[in-house]
Amino acid sequence: MANIRVIENECVGCEACVDACPFGVVSMSNGIAVIGEGCNMCSACVDACPAGAIVMEKTEQPVQEREEEASGVWVFAEQRGGKIAGVVHELLGEGKKLAQALGQPLAAVLLGSDVSSRVPELAASGADIVYVADHPSLAMFSDDPYADVFARLIREEKPDIVLFGATSTGRSLAPRIAARLKTGLTADCTGLSIDPESRLLLQTRPAFGGNIMATIRCRYRKPQMATVRPKVMKRATPDTSRVAAVRQVWVDVDALRMRVKIDEFIEEAGEVVNLEDADIIVSGGRGLGDPKHFSLIEELARTLGGAVGASRAAVDAGWIPYSHQVGQTGKTVCPKVYIAVGISGAIQHLAGMQSSDIIVAINKNPDAPIFQVATYGIVGDLFQVVPKLTEEFRRAMAE
Amino acid sequence: MKVIVCIKQVPDTTEVKIDPKTNTLIREGVPSIINPFDTYAIEEGIRLKETYGGTVTVISMGPPQVKESLKEAIAMGADDAYLLSDRAFAGSDTLATSYTLASGVRFLGGADLIICGKQAIDGDTAQVGPGIAEELDIPHITYVKKIRQIDNSRIVVERMVEGGIEVASTTLPALITVVKDINQPRLPSLKGIMRAKRTEIRVLGAFDLGVDQTRTGLDGSPTEVIKIFTPEVRAKGEMLDGDVEQQARTLVERLKEARVI
Repeated sequence: MANIRVIENECVGCEACVDACPFGVVSMSNGIAVIGEGCNMCSACVDACPAGAIVMEKTEQPVQEREEEASGVWVFAEQRGGKIAGVVHELLGEGKKLAQALGQPLAAVLLGSDVSSRVPELAASGADIVYVADHPSLAMFSDDPYADVFARLIREEKPDIVLFGATSTGRSLAPRIAARLKTGLTADCTGLSIDPESRLLLQTRPAFGGNIMATIRCRYRKPQMATVRPKVMKRATPDTSRVAAVRQVWVDVDALRMRVKIDEFIEEAGEVVNLEDADIIVSGGRGLGDPKHFSLIEELARTLGGAVGASRAAVDAGWIPYSHQVGQTGKTVCPKVYIAVGISGAIQHLAGMQSSDIIVAINKNPDAPIFQVATYGIVGDLFQVVPKLTEEFRRAMAE
Repeated sequence: MKVIVCIKQVPDTTEVKIDPKTNTLIREGVPSIINPFDTYAIEEGIRLKETYGGTVTVISMGPPQVKESLKEAIAMGADDAYLLSDRAFAGSDTLATSYTLASGVRFLGGADLIICGKQAIDGDTAQVGPGIAEELDIPHITYVKKIRQIDNSRIVVERMVEGGIEVASTTLPALITVVKDINQPRLPSLKGIMRAKRTEIRVLGAFDLGVDQTRTGLDGSPTEVIKIFTPEVRAKGEMLDGDVEQQARTLVERLKEARVI
């Protein structure tokens, strides 16, 4: 069994480990560090200890045979109704860099019905190979048949790395496949790179609502799997002259399970842009004072071609549906521009938006915490500022 | 109907402060709470029991102090609760956690419906629910915002996805993960609190569950954290001066310069 322990007579009592522990379970007793219950064995204290007095004892696991032969960086080409999700192109852009670092091919895995026409755009974004599983039973995403086809393909082809968008689809499918293959999966990554020495995938992700970052690797199992947050990676400039090798995937219909049925898709009324897909988000909070004032937010969002978000306070007050909530118990977004209007910036809200490229805060209270993460801050009355902004943006966009 | 709810105890981030000097989390004295998404899972389990009869059992994996959270679930109205706790479970990643919780469900003789919160607010992975379902070889549906219909063999739910709602159905036994929209969790009643006080939470270890210890804890975790660091502090922002008109114009200019509009 793995263990982490303090070599008591080497502990110098400096408390560096106490400060380093992200879980707050290291304490001092008679000047010697004690690791308490709740230790997650992240080894932050091992790294922090200047005396080398904390050691991690881990059972070395046998490297699975297939590690030697595993090759290929794969991207799940998520689609709905034949339309490839934006994050797929971002993953291909990032996957290309990983594939080049490893000297391996980049492949897209496309499951659906009548989707072969999507191959050229996947090639243009960087795929060297496109695996196509084309069958009517794969028309709508469903975990069972998708996991069956995908996991089987991974077992046969043995890729080194498999990436998914951290969308509602990717975050449902990837853990199912990883559990079936008994391999590692890192959620919601915002940074990926190849360690030049070990040639392993280094996966960096935020935790505790973005307050700490962790770099994670998967040493003994293949493939190395990750879901990647949309809007973080850059898509490559499409090169329409590229051609990908197409590999048709045989779908064993008799073996497919269809335990979950999607009976219907109800589109959210009046939505032009989803929060998840938006480059610009305008969010309203308690400062709006009344649900009818969300029209100000909507108008600014419409002018900018953006989406409408909200703080928890506004959602809990019943001013706007939950699907608009940004933050810890809502959605995590990272658009190019996030405009927070009348939102004070509670830590739970910041958790859902602080990785946005540019943050604009509009609030009448100059001490509101939102200004601490804002790229641009406007202290003022939102009822004056927002209409003025809408007017100015409208003029600027018309030019 | 037999319902099992899986919960996680997490630090209450409303109480977490950042040390301005070291830019690290100050965890001292931060209380532990039931993961907010899991309170919706507990509430939904209790509501199903109230409507259709049956039992609601709550399980969690973690150190002994998690008993407090399990007692809270009983105070809300769960029938009983089990803590899966063993040194052999420490350092579990999502795969090992899924295996251990699934082993707990098996120990309890399975369930018609397993309910989990969408994700935990400390790790934010959302991977354990589907992982448990795969380990038990039952179907799962994530991001459930409403149970439309349920009987002994089938469940129909609304699932929150990008740009709308999917109406999905599956056979039971199944696992669902729920979002905040599904209900409003109740506060524990006085009677519930009294019952929770009297209830002894049973602790199940690796031996009780009969788990394969190469699949639990750090040894059973394919992923390993190799570095933890605090994110770069955002550069100090610019407060826009002048009257409303000037402020608006400056902002438009800045966003134009950044080529985002």
